[in-house]
Amino acid sequence: MSQPSQKSQTSKPRKQIHLAAHFPGVNNTTVWSDPRSGSHIEFDSFLRFAQTAERAKFDFLFLAEGLRLREQGGQIYDLDVVGRPDTFTILAALAAVTERLGLAGTINSTFNEPYEVARQFASLDHLSGGRAAWNVVTSWDAFTGENFRRGGYLAQEDRYERAKLFMRTAWELFDSWRGDEIVADKENGVFLADPGAGTFERHDAQFDIRGRFDVPRSPQGRPVIFQAGDSDEGREFAAATADAIFSRHATLEAGQAFYTDVKGRLTKYGRTPEQLLILPAATFVLADTDGEAREYAHVVRRQQVSGQTAIRFLEQLWNRDLSEYDPDGPLPDVDPVVGENTIARGRASVRMYRDPLQTAREWRELAEAKKLSIRELMIEVTGRQSFVGSPTTVADEIDDLVQRDASDGFILVPHITPDGLDDFADKVVPILQERGVFRTDYAGTTLRDHLGLAPLEVPLPARRR
Amino acid sequence: MPAPLPLHLAVALEGAGWHPSAWRDPRARADELLTPAYWTDLVREAETGTLDFVTIEDSLGIQTTSPDGPDERLDQVRGRLDAVLVAARVAPLTRGVGVVPVATVTHTEPFHVSKAIATLDYVSGGRAGWQVRVSPRQWEAELFGRRTVPAIQGTDLDAPEAAAVLEDLFDEAADHVEVVRRLWDSWEDDAEIRDVATGRFVDRDKLHYIDFEGRWFSVRGPSIVPRPPQGQPLVTALAHRSVAYRLAAKAVDVVFVTAHDAEDAGRIVAEVRREQAAAGREDELLHVFGDLVVFLADDEHSAAERKAHLDALSDADFTSDAPVFVGTPAALADRLEDLRWAGLTGFRLRPGTLPHDLEAITRGLVPELRRRGIFRESYDASTLRGRLGLERPANRYAATTGGAR
Repeated sequence: MSQPSQKSQTSKPRKQIHLAAHFPGVNNTTVWSDPRSGSHIEFDSFLRFAQTAERAKFDFLFLAEGLRLREQGGQIYDLDVVGRPDTFTILAALAAVTERLGLAGTINSTFNEPYEVARQFASLDHLSGGRAAWNVVTSWDAFTGENFRRGGYLAQEDRYERAKLFMRTAWELFDSWRGDEIVADKENGVFLADPGAGTFERHDAQFDIRGRFDVPRSPQGRPVIFQAGDSDEGREFAAATADAIFSRHATLEAGQAFYTDVKGRLTKYGRTPEQLLILPAATFVLADTDGEAREYAHVVRRQQVSGQTAIRFLEQLWNRDLSEYDPDGPLPDVDPVVGENTIARGRASVRMYRDPLQTAREWRELAEAKKLSIRELMIEVTGRQSFVGSPTTVADEIDDLVQRDASDGFILVPHITPDGLDDFADKVVPILQERGVFRTDYAGTTLRDHLGLAPLEVPLPARRR
Repeated sequence: MPAPLPLHLAVALEGAGWHPSAWRDPRARADELLTPAYWTDLVREAETGTLDFVTIEDSLGIQTTSPDGPDERLDQVRGRLDAVLVAARVAPLTRGVGVVPVATVTHTEPFHVSKAIATLDYVSGGRAGWQVRVSPRQWEAELFGRRTVPAIQGTDLDAPEAAAVLEDLFDEAADHVEVVRRLWDSWEDDAEIRDVATGRFVDRDKLHYIDFEGRWFSVRGPSIVPRPPQGQPLVTALAHRSVAYRLAAKAVDVVFVTAHDAEDAGRIVAEVRREQAAAGREDELLHVFGDLVVFLADDEHSAAERKAHLDALSDADFTSDAPVFVGTPAALADRLEDLRWAGLTGFRLRPGTLPHDLEAITRGLVPELRRRGIFRESYDASTLRGRLGLERPANRYAATTGGAR
C-alpha cells in the first residue's frame, strides 16, 4: 500500500483531480466472457455507462473510433471485442441523456475532411450545450485506407503535417463565426447581422478550400482538443495545440518525467501549465481489501490473456506465425521477423515495437529470470492494471500521483462494460470528495469549465467583407 | 384500380419552416434553431401525430438563394447543424417516430455514412433512415477541395453536357448507396458469438469483406458496426427527373416526388415503376411519396392570409419544386385522397412554418385522416421498416459459404 505524501506539500494548495471514463470497445481490456459483461453496441450500455460517469461528476466520457476490423495472420481478429458504433452518433445521442458530462471522441485527420469534421464537432457542441471534445489522431495506415476513397496515400511523415494543417483549418472554420451574428430580429426582418459570417479560405500543402462555414459559433467556440501520442513530435504537437494529452504513463516516475517534459514545452508557445492537462489512461481493480483486490486482479489478467491471446500477442512482436507454440511453454527460440509488421494489421500497439530484436531479448531475459511461460510473460509485459486495492488504497494512490505531479488526473478504463465503473463511482469517488480533491458537483456547464480551462477569447475573423 | 392501402405520412423538417420568411412567423423560435430543445420538440410533436417519420433537411454548404454560391442576404435563416447528429440527439427522447436525416453522398465517405446510419438505428431502436442527397454544386465541392463539379447551374439540365454531369453524379450516388448497403450486411446477424469455450468473440466466417470496386471508389469492408437492428435502415431520396427516378428505382426504399396534380403523379409513378422493373426490383415494395409544401389554418381565408403575409415579408410569391398547398386540414385530406388514386403510397409534407404548420398536421390533418379511416391510431410496428410494410431483409452474404478470408 502506498502512503500519501501530501504532508510534505502542505504549503502547496491541493490540486483538484480530473477524472474521465473510457468505454473501451475494441481491445483486450474488456472481459467479455464475464457474465456481467453486457453489450458493447446497444445504446443502453452507453447510456448506463455515461449516467454512472455523470453521477460520479466525472469530467468527460471518451470513445475511441474504429475504421477497420483488426486482422492477424490474414484473418479478422476474433478473440477480443470486435466492432463498435460510430463515435459522433453515439456522442450526440448521449448528449440527450446526460446534462453536464463532457463528450469526447477520437476522430482521425487522415480519412476525414476538415469542413466535414468541423461541422460535426460544432454541431455536437451545440447539441450538448458546450460539452464536445475532439481527440485528434493521425496514424492510420494503408490497411485502414482500403475502406476509404483516399486509400493509403499518405506517408507516415506527411500524416503529422496533414494533422497540423487539418487542425489549423478546423480552427479557422470554428472561428469564422464570432458568435453575435444571429440576431433573429423578426420585427425588422434581420436574421443575420453580418453577410460574411462563416467566410473562410485556406490554401496550404494539404487543403485548397474556400466558402462559408454553415455552423454558427458553438457554446465552447471550439471543441476541447485532446491528443494522444508519445513521440517527440506528438508531445510537441500537443504542447502547441491541445487542451489535454492522453498519456500511457500511469506510474509515479514515468508520469513525473512525462509531466515535466510536456509542461516544460508550453512556454515557447506562450502557454501556462494549467492550459494543458496530462491524463493517463488507467485501469483499476477494486475489492473490499487490498489482498482480495490483488487476487481478483490476477483472475482478471488471466481472463484478459488466454493462452490463445498470449500467442497472438507474441506474434505481434515476432511478426510471424507462432500458432504451433504452447502458451504454457517457453518463448520461441527463433527471432522476430524484422521489417514492416505484416502479421498484425489495424493494431496501434504493433507500432510500439520499434526494435523487435531488442524487445525480444529483454523478454527472454525477463522470462528466464522469473521462469515465466509465454502466457505468464504476456500477462506481465502487457499489464495495464494501474490501481489495485481497496477503495481507500486506490483513492490514496490517485490522489498521491496527482499531488506529486505525475498527472492531472486519470481516464479510467473498466474491464467490465457497461457497469464496471459503478464501484469506482460509489466507493472511490466519495473518498476523494471527502478529501476535497474532487468536485461534489459540477461548477459550470461546459467541458472547458470542468477542465478549468478559460473560455476562448473570441477572435475577429480574418476575412470580413 | 383497387382502393389504396392506408396512407403513410411523413414530414420534412427544415429550419424554421420551408418559407424563407418562416422565421418571422410570430410563433417561430427563430433564435433557437441551433438548440437541441427546438428539434426535440418538433420531433416529439410529429410523434404525437403517429407520423411514419421525419426527415431532417441538410446540405453541406450554407443556405443560399443563389445557384452559384453563398449569397449575402441578411433576411433569411443562415446556419444549421449536421442532420445526422440532430437525428441522433432526438432519437433517445422519442419512441415511435422514424428519424431520417439527409446526408450528402458526393463528398462524404460511404464507410462513414454507413456506420453513422447503422448507429442511428441502434440509438433509435430500429427507427433510422437516410435521405441520400447529391450535390451538383461546384461551390460545395470547393468546401472540400478534392474535385471539381462542372458548372451546370442555370443551364438547361436536359442539355447533353448537363445531363452527362448529372448522370455521373447519380451513378456515383448509386455506387455510394450500394457500398453503404453492403457494409450494413457485412456482419451476419449472429456474427457475435461470445463463445467462452473457444475464446472467440465473433465467428469470423460470418463477417464479410464487401470488396466493392467502382469508378469512384473501392471499399474493402467489413463494417466496424455490427448489422443494425433493421438489417437495412430505410434509404430515401428526393427525385425530380428521370436520372433521379432511375437511382431511386435501383437503390432506395422511399422516393419523394414532386407531382403537381393527379395526372402528373400518375405519369411519375408509372415511370418509377418502369425503372423499378428495369432494375429487377418489380417484386419489392418501393414507396413513392408525394411531397407538398403546406400552409394550413382553420379556414381557407386565414391560410391564404398566412401565406400572403409571409410572401409580403420576403417580397416574393413563394414557389417551390413541390406543389404548394394552402387551405384547411380537411381540404388537404381531400387533396391527399385524390392524389393517392394516382398510385402514390404516401406523402411527405413540408411545413411552411414551424411549429405552426406541423401542429396543424398532427392536430388537424391527422385526426381528419383517422376519421376517414385511412390513417393509424397508434404505432403498430416497432421498426420504421415494419411500419412501412417493408420486411427485414435477408443478409445478402448469409447464404454464401465461407466467410471473410
